[in-house]
Amino acid sequence: MRQLRAWLLRFKGLFGKDARDRDFAEELESHLQMHIDDNIRAGMSPQEARRVAVMKLGGVDQTKEAYRDRATIPFFESVVQDLRFTFRQLRKNPAFTVTAIAMVTLGIGASVAIFAFVDAALIKPLPYQDPSRLLFVTEKTPELPSANLSYPDYLDWKKLNRVFDSMDAYTQRSYTLSTSAGMQMVDGARVSDGFFSTLGVNPLLGRNFYAGEDLPEALRTVILSYASWQKRFGGKQEIIGQSITLTEIPYTIVGVLPQNFHFAPVENAEFWTTLHATSECDQRRSCRYLSAIARLKNGMSRDAALADVTRIAKDLETQYLDSNRNIGATVSPLSDVIVGDVKPILLLLLGGAGLLLLIACVNVASLLLVRSETRRRELAVRRALGATRARLIRQFVIEGLVLVAAGTVVGLVLSHWAMQILIRLIPTEMMAGMPYLNDLGLNPRVLIFALTLAVFATALFSLSPIFRLTNADVREGMAEGTRGTAGRVWTRIGSKLVILELTTAMVLLVGAGLLGKSFYRLLQVDPGFDTTHLITMSVRAPVSAYDKDEQALALQREIVDQVKTLPGVTSVALTRQLPLDFNGNTDWIRFVGRAYNGEHNDVNVRGVSSDYFATLQARLLRGRTFTDSEDITKPKVVVINQTLANKYYPGEDPIGQRFGDLELNPRSIKEIVGVVDDIREGPLDSEIWPGYYYPINQHPNVGYSVVVRTSRREESLIPTVADAIRRIDSRITISSQTTMTARVNQGPTVYLRRSSTWLVGGFAAVALLLGVVGLYGVIAYSVTQRTREIGVRIALGAQHSTVYRLILKEAGALALAGIVIGTGCAILAASLMRKLLFGTPPWDVTTLVCVAVVLGACALLASFLPARRAASVDPISALRAE
Amino acid sequence: MSTRNEIWQGTLALMILKTLDTLGPLHGYGIARRIEQTSGDRLSLNYGTLYPSLLKLEQEGWIVSEWGVSENNRKAKYYKLTRAGRKQLEREAKEWNQTTAIVARFFEPVEGQS
Repeated sequence: MRQLRAWLLRFKGLFGKDARDRDFAEELESHLQMHIDDNIRAGMSPQEARRVAVMKLGGVDQTKEAYRDRATIPFFESVVQDLRFTFRQLRKNPAFTVTAIAMVTLGIGASVAIFAFVDAALIKPLPYQDPSRLLFVTEKTPELPSANLSYPDYLDWKKLNRVFDSMDAYTQRSYTLSTSAGMQMVDGARVSDGFFSTLGVNPLLGRNFYAGEDLPEALRTVILSYASWQKRFGGKQEIIGQSITLTEIPYTIVGVLPQNFHFAPVENAEFWTTLHATSECDQRRSCRYLSAIARLKNGMSRDAALADVTRIAKDLETQYLDSNRNIGATVSPLSDVIVGDVKPILLLLLGGAGLLLLIACVNVASLLLVRSETRRRELAVRRALGATRARLIRQFVIEGLVLVAAGTVVGLVLSHWAMQILIRLIPTEMMAGMPYLNDLGLNPRVLIFALTLAVFATALFSLSPIFRLTNADVREGMAEGTRGTAGRVWTRIGSKLVILELTTAMVLLVGAGLLGKSFYRLLQVDPGFDTTHLITMSVRAPVSAYDKDEQALALQREIVDQVKTLPGVTSVALTRQLPLDFNGNTDWIRFVGRAYNGEHNDVNVRGVSSDYFATLQARLLRGRTFTDSEDITKPKVVVINQTLANKYYPGEDPIGQRFGDLELNPRSIKEIVGVVDDIREGPLDSEIWPGYYYPINQHPNVGYSVVVRTSRREESLIPTVADAIRRIDSRITISSQTTMTARVNQGPTVYLRRSSTWLVGGFAAVALLLGVVGLYGVIAYSVTQRTREIGVRIALGAQHSTVYRLILKEAGALALAGIVIGTGCAILAASLMRKLLFGTPPWDVTTLVCVAVVLGACALLASFLPARRAASVDPISALRAE
Repeated sequence: MSTRNEIWQGTLALMILKTLDTLGPLHGYGIARRIEQTSGDRLSLNYGTLYPSLLKLEQEGWIVSEWGVSENNRKAKYYKLTRAGRKQLEREAKEWNQTTAIVARFFEPVEGQS
């Protein structure tokens, strides 16, 4: 206790030391006076009395020093001195200070901001119990690496497996909900009874689903998400036990999920209901719509799990060949499924930010080197006056620390802003799939990361001048003044740093170039229709009001007719599934009049209205499209896409051919009446699947998307169209009102590529700037060092062009080294990000050449300025200066 | 050397505390003279070494200081024992007595041997 008190007082003593020194000087003076008085009284002369008193004291200055050492903490005191000295130095050199701090800020700010995203997505544990034991379990087909499970398959897997503690299924589902703002579409999910128990999540309020609550005979119950509870029910405790109506069916609210719960595969599901497998699809083994999660038994490996479910899939295949032919099994960590496509992009961005930080640090380090060079004399003098090596090293460490500390603090502020901006740039639909990004911020893990970077930067900054601080420097530094051989030494180290910078810049530039080219290639992809001037929205009418086919059909026609009359609308169509959405929702087809050996010809199926192809401006290749009169009463017809025609009717005319389901059930037989050029049903970067389109009038429905082509600006027409549809029946729910252009641009495929291209492009631009500035610094310094030599050359008759060549050759060698090494590293780095490239190989020659030319040109420009200064050296003054 | 220093510092602190206990508030010069006198001038110390010790005792809270006027009408800084300081002195005096008693036993003539 007492010791601590003493230390604190001594620490306090670091400040306000002038007053203390004065006080003690007074005390000593009074001490001496009393002693002198005594001595005089004892008969000494005044001079003698003073001399004896001082001698007895043991020296005034020695006493003061001993006193000061006790009053403060000597080590700290000298650190404070060094700090003061550093601040003075930095203030004296504001250009250097600002540049250095700005670079550190930029590097740390960018890295920390990106790391915060990486942390939120990849490092922070999922809000489940023991998440490492959770697996995503599902089927796979030769075409699809992960395909959905059917309800009967799920039940068999659950029953037959020997590797899971529990296994549960879920599927995404939308409901209509009556709200004060009219009928609304809300997101939800259907899950099996043990879903939350498998995750290890307990409701915040109320109870979990009990065993058997997902069976058809159980009462219908729902668990709310925290957000939904807050938003729709005002966070009231009394809602447990209340009843709500979802898509015309009453449910009892039994629980509310915790606030931090999220499950990205079903996005922002608000209403969690149980499976209640009652529909025809639920009973059919070939109707696959479920995904499953499972908790591994303790100590069980993922490989063992895969082997076990593969065994089950094999057994089911032999048992149910019709529905399960070629159906395998796959397992993957649940975290992979939740983070999904974002992982490689985040790692790429983190790599980019890291390189940027590296180049910024190297730049500051070389600035510090230049400074240490100009301070050789100061250091030599301090050394000669007795400063220890350790003390000089500490001076550099403290300088580095001050720069990095300032840069880190500003960098953290910058990264905080950057995160806010970046997160706001993410479209809402995409955010829904990334709920883990919601609590993005400067949490302890991110701060530790920032601290690590700061330590690394400090080490780099203080080490580079220390490296130069050899013993020989003292004599040399004193003797040589400020220039001469030592400058050469610096140029050697400095030029290595510049090569490193140029290499890094090259890697980033190539990365940005390849991403940019991939993005361009992606936008060049022909979607098979004209995406401009299209409005889309999904519409759902209550089944109870339109449960007869005739009623539903009438509503379909009414919607098309009403919207068509709106001013600015050129054409209207309905589709069960919008293009560019996803591949899937497939059917197995069997061709009439061909041998059949049980194979599964999996094709996309889309129900569309008669004007669909005209509205999209898709290209009809053969035959015809549908007419509005082709409805339930007429024979079944389909339009197939080009890929289906090529795959199943190579060298044949498909028009007039027929196919049906696997049993060739007479009611399933359809006749091909047209072939349309491929429309991309999946994202732009996905494969085109064979597919067919049937007239929606032959299977009337109450849920579909409306597609409107307009001659006007699309956005302005959206509310008009929605109003017109609502006027037909106020119980109709309308959602996802947007334009096709927005769907393309905001869709994950395009968005992720565009944003990563911009970010890496930004990093690359800054890196280019820093690298070129670094090169300029080295060359300019070298010219200063060689002024005398150049002066001599000019005096001896060297032409300007010779001097230019001399300097540019030096710069060119550095730039070339940077470009050559950079090209190698860039190809290596690009192969790591191959997954993110589209239609562009990692060694894309055009990109490499372009980047090399740009970098070379910038380097040339950066070295031209010092070269010109060198050429204009006045030999007389250059020689006199020495 | 350093161990001897520590012992010296510890004993010096003890002497200062005892002096202040006996004589009441006193300035640095007075304490130094008193220690010398008490030792019968056998102990000759640099008066300067006293001040860091005084500062240390003050930092530890055993004594407090305050400016005052000396008997010769000179301005001087007076040190005074605190209540905690007095207790500390008692403790240290006891320890000192024990230590010296123990050490003294080692130097007693051993009986029964010749």
